Amino acid sequence: MQLNVSRVCGPRKTDFMSEVQNIDFSDPAAQAASVAEELQDMQGEKMVLNMGPSHPATHGVLRIVLELDGELITRAVPDVGYLHRGDEKIAENMTYTQFIPYTDRLDYLSPMANNVAYALAVEKLLGIHDKLPPRCQYIRVICAELARISSHLLGLGAFAMDVGALTVFLLVFTEREKIYNLCESLTGARFTTSYTRVGGVARDTPPGWCDAVRHFLDEVSVNIAEVETLLTRNKIWVDRTRDVGVISKEMAIDYGLSGPNLRGSGVDYDLRKAQPYLCYPDLQFDVPLGSVGDCYDRYLVRMEEMRQSVRLIHQCLDKIPGGPDNQANEPVNVADGKVVLPPKNRVLSGMEELIHQFMLVTQGMNVPPGEIYFGHENPKGELGFYIHSRGGGTPYRMKIRSPSFVNLSILSELMPGHLMSDTVVILGSLDFVMGECDR
Amino acid sequence: MTALEQANQLKAKFGDLISEPTGVHGEIAVQLADAERIGDVCAFAKTELGFDYLVDISSLDNYGEDPRWTVVYHLRGLANRCELRLTTSVSEEKSELPTITSVWRTANWHEREIYDMMGIRFRGHPDLRRILMWEGYPYFPLRKDFPLGGKPSELPEVAFSKAAPMEGGPFVTIPGGKDAVEREPRVRTPEN
Repeated sequence: MQLNVSRVCGPRKTDFMSEVQNIDFSDPAAQAASVAEELQDMQGEKMVLNMGPSHPATHGVLRIVLELDGELITRAVPDVGYLHRGDEKIAENMTYTQFIPYTDRLDYLSPMANNVAYALAVEKLLGIHDKLPPRCQYIRVICAELARISSHLLGLGAFAMDVGALTVFLLVFTEREKIYNLCESLTGARFTTSYTRVGGVARDTPPGWCDAVRHFLDEVSVNIAEVETLLTRNKIWVDRTRDVGVISKEMAIDYGLSGPNLRGSGVDYDLRKAQPYLCYPDLQFDVPLGSVGDCYDRYLVRMEEMRQSVRLIHQCLDKIPGGPDNQANEPVNVADGKVVLPPKNRVLSGMEELIHQFMLVTQGMNVPPGEIYFGHENPKGELGFYIHSRGGGTPYRMKIRSPSFVNLSILSELMPGHLMSDTVVILGSLDFVMGECDR
Repeated sequence: MTALEQANQLKAKFGDLISEPTGVHGEIAVQLADAERIGDVCAFAKTELGFDYLVDISSLDNYGEDPRWTVVYHLRGLANRCELRLTTSVSEEKSELPTITSVWRTANWHEREIYDMMGIRFRGHPDLRRILMWEGYPYFPLRKDFPLGGKPSELPEVAFSKAAPMEGGPFVTIPGGKDAVEREPRVRTPEN
C-alpha cells in the first residue's frame, strides 16, 4: 500500500520543467519538483492523524488517534471520556427514584429502554421483580421495543450517511419523529422520557395511544422495506461494508461485545431469550444472527431486529391486559405503598397514604442490604446495573455496565489493517453512543 | 450444570480460598480470599467451567473498613447460560492485584476504569492509563472521601457545582436531624 513517491514524481520532473518555462517561480506550486525530492526521504514514514473528538463520523465525542501508513491504518488508540459526568458518583448521592432522569441521558437515543433497564434492576434488588402487574410488563416491553426501533433507525441512518447514502438518513428521521410523537403523548417528553418508576410506570397509556402505535407500526414497516431496497443490494453499500471490520466469534466473546454486535458475529445470545424478563417468554420473536461478522452482517442484524420489534409490539398490543384503553382498570403499579407513590387524591384524604408519600419523597424507599446485577437487552447491547445496597434510600454503589464502552474497546484491535475510509464504516456499524460510554 | 454446581466445583478446586456460595434472587456469588489468585481462578472458570464471557468488573470502596477495596467480577457462560459473581478484597496499603487481561481482553478497559475511578492498580496490565478522566488528573473521583462537589485541580474552573444556598430556611424532615444545607450531598464528607 505504500505510495512510491519517486516512481510517481520521478519521470515527470524533466517534463514538468520543460513545460513550464514561463511560469512565475515564486509560486509555491512551481517548486513541486524540489519538494518531490524531499519527499523521497519521507517514504515509509507514518503519519499520526487525530480523529475527533468532534468529527461527524464519531457520533458524539469519541477521539481516535490513528497511525497511518499511506492510507492504511497501522494503529488506532481510542480515547473516551469527553462526556464523563460522573453518573455513578451522582447515583450514590440521591434516592433510587431521583436517578431515573439520569438514565435518560445514558443512551440518549433510546431513553425508554434505559428507564426500563434501571427500574428492573432496582426492582430485582427490592425483590418485587416477579410481582409486577402484567399490564405494566406489556407497556414496558412496548416502550423498550419502540426504543429499539428508534435507536436502530438512527444507527442505520447515520451509518448510511457516513458512507454517503444521505437519503436513508432523511427517511429514518421521518419515522423517528413519529416515535417522538408517541413518546410525547405517553410520557409528556419527546426525548428525556423518565417514564418508568420503581414498581411500575409513571402513568397508564393515554386514550387512543395503542391505536396510534399500531398505525405507526404499519408505516414504519413500509419504511424499513424502503431502506432495505435502498441499501441491502446496493452495490456501493455492499462493497463498502462487506468483509470490512470482520469480528470473529471468539474475538467478539473475548472482547465482551453485546447486542447486535455480538449477534452479528454469529453468537446466539440475546438476554431476552437467555434470561427472560418482563413478558418476553409469552411473546414470539426470532433472534437474527450474522455469519461472517463484518459490517454488512451487523447492518443486516439491525434491520431484522427492527422487524422483530415490530412483531413484538403487535403481539403486545393484541395481548395487553385491560385492553388498549384499559377499560378493565388493570393496575400498572405494584400495590405496595412503601415502593410506589400513592394516588394524589388519596394522599390528601388518607393518613396512611400521606405518610407513605412523605417517606418516599423525603427519604426514598427502604431498600434491603444486598447486591444484584441486572442486564437488560438494550438496543446497543447489554445495559447492566450492578447495585450494592447497605439499606436505606440511596445505593452505596451503582456500577453501570454500558454496552458502548465495552463495544468500543475492540477498536484498537479491529481497525489496524483497514483503510482510512473504512473507519467511518466500522464506527457506524458498531453503533455506539458516547453518553452511555462515558457516563 | 447450574451456577451453584459450578461454584461448588470452583470451591472443590481452590478449597478454602473460595467461600460458600451466597446470593439473592437467583444469583450466585462467591468470595475469593486471596486477591493474588484471581488470575488462576478466572482462568480455571473460563477453561474448565465454561464461563467464557466476562460481563463486567466493578469496584467498591468500603470506606472506614479494612480491607478498603472490593473488586467484583461478573462471569457468564454463554453456552450454559450461567452467571457467577466473584468478589475479592484488596487492602488500602496494597491497592494492587493482578490483571486478568490475559484471560479476557475485555478486562483491559474495565480495569483501566477502576484504576481511574478508584485508584486500584492492576499488576501486569498492558496499558494502565486513565480512561474517563484526563491524563494527569490527581484524584480518584469514585472514592468515598472524594466530595461530590469536586476538588480543584490544575485545570481551573472546570464543572464545579457548589452546595445550593437553600434560602428561605432549612427544611428539617426528621426532628433533631440535619437541616437541608447540611444534608446537601455536595458539602458532605464521608465522616458526616
